[in-house]
Amino acid sequence: MTEPRGSTDSIPAFLPRLDERTRKGERWKVIFLISTLLGVFFLATLLWSVVNDSFGYVILVNETDPATLSRDGVPLENLGSRGLLAVLEENLPGRRLRSLAEERPLEERSSEELLAVIEDEIINPEIMETYDLSESLFGKARILRHLEEDYPDGALVFRSWINRRFLTAAQSSVALHAGIRGAFLGTLMTILITILTAFPVGIAGAIWLEEYAKDNRLNRFIRINIYNLAGVPSIIYGMLGLALFVRAAEPLTSGTLFGAAADPTTANGRTVLSAGLTLALLILPVIIINAQEALRAVPGILRQSSLAVGATKWQTVWHHVLPASFDRILTGTVLAVSRAIGETAPLVVVGASTFLSQDPTSIFSKFTTLPIQIYQWTARPQEEFRRIAAAAILVLLILMLSLNAVAVLLRNRIRAKKRQSR
Amino acid sequence: MQHGQYREEMTGVLSLARRSRPWEQTIQAFLFFCAAVSIFTTLGIIITLGTESWTFFNHVSPLEFLFTTEWQPTIDQFGILPLFTSTLMTSLAAMLVALPMGLGVAIYLSEYAPDPVRETLKPILEVLAGIPTVVYGYFALTVVTPLLRNAFGQDRVDVYNTLSAGLVMGILILPLISSMCEDALSSVPNSLREAAYAMGATKLEVSLDVMVPSAFSGIAAAFILGLSRAVGETMIVALAAGAGPNLTLNPFKAAETMTGHIVRISGGDIGYDTIDYQSLFAIALLLFLITLGLNVLSRRIVKKYGEVYE
Repeated sequence: MTEPRGSTDSIPAFLPRLDERTRKGERWKVIFLISTLLGVFFLATLLWSVVNDSFGYVILVNETDPATLSRDGVPLENLGSRGLLAVLEENLPGRRLRSLAEERPLEERSSEELLAVIEDEIINPEIMETYDLSESLFGKARILRHLEEDYPDGALVFRSWINRRFLTAAQSSVALHAGIRGAFLGTLMTILITILTAFPVGIAGAIWLEEYAKDNRLNRFIRINIYNLAGVPSIIYGMLGLALFVRAAEPLTSGTLFGAAADPTTANGRTVLSAGLTLALLILPVIIINAQEALRAVPGILRQSSLAVGATKWQTVWHHVLPASFDRILTGTVLAVSRAIGETAPLVVVGASTFLSQDPTSIFSKFTTLPIQIYQWTARPQEEFRRIAAAAILVLLILMLSLNAVAVLLRNRIRAKKRQSR
Repeated sequence: MQHGQYREEMTGVLSLARRSRPWEQTIQAFLFFCAAVSIFTTLGIIITLGTESWTFFNHVSPLEFLFTTEWQPTIDQFGILPLFTSTLMTSLAAMLVALPMGLGVAIYLSEYAPDPVRETLKPILEVLAGIPTVVYGYFALTVVTPLLRNAFGQDRVDVYNTLSAGLVMGILILPLISSMCEDALSSVPNSLREAAYAMGATKLEVSLDVMVPSAFSGIAAAFILGLSRAVGETMIVALAAGAGPNLTLNPFKAAETMTGHIVRISGGDIGYDTIDYQSLFAIALLLFLITLGLNVLSRRIVKKYGEVYE
């Protein structure tokens, strides 16, 4: 501005510029709106890209044509268990048959399971090309042309990468056969340990700080310290878990202390237990801070009336303050647990298995989790692994969403009950 | 012990003296222990990072660690600069996205948006903060990197590059920045806003010339906290920024960050008590100090300048 502010001469110059100033205001309003909408747009793109990669056409080429396997003109699907067994014995080398029988005797398997074995072992379809959902919907003509030109004996199949087999199968080095059962179980077991340790400790810590702690130097230090811990990058917790649970407390976390080493060949501390405890330390500050806020929201009159009729401090907390704040505590905890479910980096550092074909059987088993599976699949260059990574992301997001939904329902029930009792 | 003045107290029917309650005391001790777990955690972090780094620094001098430009453990070269520069680059790229956008979002939501719009948009933006970071890594690698490569040329942009990782990290941090900025804006007293309107300022002038400068400390704190989050962020850079230390200022090239390096090396087979293993703790120690410093600074700013209006 050239004229000095506040001088009366500038007032006439001030008015004609009003139009310009409002126009400028309108322009900036649009800019602010756009940046807000961009945020929403990013979220939509992110979700769309996951869905887009989880479904689509696949060009498969079979190693053996299923038609050649049919016996006396009966197609494979109608052969029945006996016929399928015969097909297996004819086409597979004895060594492979024996190792399959070792997993589970072939005679005991149902005909569907036998069909699946035949599909994996003999027909052995191989992925040549994969397409995402939008290509599949809008470029089918091009895909068909590509199929005719390059893979005359290939088959075009629309595949949902997220399917029953994907959910129930174990890890495999072949994308078509790979599943997330082990990773899913690993996530559930890890999170269970995390909740069982972090929830009680976190709430107890919050109760100490809000209800008992005097305003002295030690307690102030604890408070500041908790805030600082909440800002420590998760990977540092991974380093802590590696040094503390995996190495220093190895006899405990590997289970050898209890004489229950789950996996004697690899009995070291890289177990479900270590992973769960590491995540517990990670979310503990978040749980404490949230629970503190919940406790602070309880009106003081509740405490005073309880104390006034002769209740002890703990009776007051246990019977009145905690029930009154439990809905808020629950919401905060679920947020923290959601964060733990999606954590990847600390678990990689703690030592998630890179390839695990067995399910975790106890808390002393080796582990992998859904986010780690997603990380490993995304890091691979082949397109089909990107597809199963996307499918695993969908499963992870659905898991987190349902957890949050359950929490909202629970909270509403608690609140309704509270209102009734009032 | 002093005996009371009431008759009931003297005959022993009633005692107003403090009774010992072992159960209450046990519980109190347990509660304190749980609160103290946080101190043990901090001590654990400091001790583990400290001892392993100590052995490392007995082998490699801190000066060499901080100021040399080659990170190649196989030939005993431990200069953190390449890892540090790429951490700096991804973080700055993230802040270049997150700060202006976050501020724009905050201004729109707190100054312009009608209530129903705000009530719908805010939770949607918060969902962004709840999505696991590994999903963002996937997004960077499969969506943003191909976009960048198409826009700037396949031969100029690597498959792994720091720009893509940084941009996506910006989206991740956006909700944090916007909600902190919004808090800062809403803590400016209404009288300031009303005074500006009374002087004939337009809505934009109120927002940009009055509200933003008044909330500057909160906005600065948001920036610093966001930066700290970006420095410590791991999975996005591990997936999208590339594997292998590389000293470059070109955002189109692959360069491993500090966190990315820790994840890649510790994810492989690594023997305890090797110099490689200890070097990871030295990196982690530096990371811890940087983020701690930024967090403390951020809270200082809020505390020092935020109280002016209270």
